Amino acid sequence: MIYLELFLAFLKVGCFSFGGAYGAISLIRDVVLTHGWLSEETLTYMIAVSESTPGPIMVNLATYIGLSQAGISGAVLATFAVVLPAFVIILLFVAALKRVWNHGCVQAVIGGLKPCVIGIILATGVTMILGNCIRLEENVTADIRSVIVTVILGAVLFIFKYLLKKKISPMWIILCSAILGIIIWGIR
Amino acid sequence: MNSLNECNDKKIPGSIIPDLFLSFFKIGLFTFGGGLAMLALIEEQCVEKKHWITHDEMMYVTIIAESTPGPIAINCATFVGYQQAGLSGALAATVGVVFPSFFIIYLISMFLNQFLEIKIIANAFKGIKAAVGIIILDAAVMMIRKMNKDRITQGIMLVSFAAMFLIQIFSWNFSSISLMIIAAIFSLALYQINVIRHGKEKREK
Repeated sequence: MIYLELFLAFLKVGCFSFGGAYGAISLIRDVVLTHGWLSEETLTYMIAVSESTPGPIMVNLATYIGLSQAGISGAVLATFAVVLPAFVIILLFVAALKRVWNHGCVQAVIGGLKPCVIGIILATGVTMILGNCIRLEENVTADIRSVIVTVILGAVLFIFKYLLKKKISPMWIILCSAILGIIIWGIR
Repeated sequence: MNSLNECNDKKIPGSIIPDLFLSFFKIGLFTFGGGLAMLALIEEQCVEKKHWITHDEMMYVTIIAESTPGPIAINCATFVGYQQAGLSGALAATVGVVFPSFFIIYLISMFLNQFLEIKIIANAFKGIKAAVGIIILDAAVMMIRKMNKDRITQGIMLVSFAAMFLIQIFSWNFSSISLMIIAAIFSLALYQINVIRHGKEKREK
């Protein structure tokens, strides 16, 4: 039953996506790849599309994956499921959670979850970059074009962030990478 | 006239609901780059323009939103909507913030496959694939820099990183959620041990 699977999967994502969009991307990647709902390639494209379209990234991804698996009703269901935990938590918070929040146990649980999520996000970023740059077919080969684009983008990001101390929106990085892609994969 | 309107607002909380929906619809439509970018717009709309919540309340919601799961925008919309008009207000604001992205993704998904058949666009997306990895890595680095620097926090982060890396490389059947539950239990156990220890020390004194 695809509807139930979609609902449960995205409810899980909604319940555990600490650390905002990037935590959610790691979780959604995990869920989508184990269910085989999208190929890794399509998922990466959709992450980029979600970054460049307005709205919460989680909602964008849930909508797309729901659509691709079960049409418009799947999209509504997945979006509903991913939003529901945040909605309920805030209502509970206003009603009762306020008093419990600063209790040591609650803070201890959150204190354990946060660094774990950061570790998971870091691992997701590293495996995605490695997956792009290295091909594991019969023998290990480097995808030279991907390596070039990755190095240039990394350098641009580093220069802006740490040398010029300026904020650079993910959207600019994506735009920059699209132009680089057209140039580098366009050369024969 | 103005005072009459205010009077009405207080009597019929329903009249604020379209306003909540529209404001959050706008926020949903004009924020690129996810939750954190949204916070600035929510602040402008709800604190400065509409005076729905105070700046302090906004700070408070941000902190809660960052420590609870789910999209930050949803947390904020629910909070503001609930403060203004109870459950129906919370619903109106949340649906409002979700609706634009839902609709836009719906449109995009209809054309994405035809789009990818065009050579230049396919090439552009090959480049974009490299960007996504870097953006995620960068987000992680930013979070590490803001993270508490005590040994336990750093330890949990490093172990989670190593575990998740191995899980992904070898395609092990172990979900990231299980990993998070283990981390939470571990941290809770450490806390409890500390509490018991401190209790004993106090009694011995």
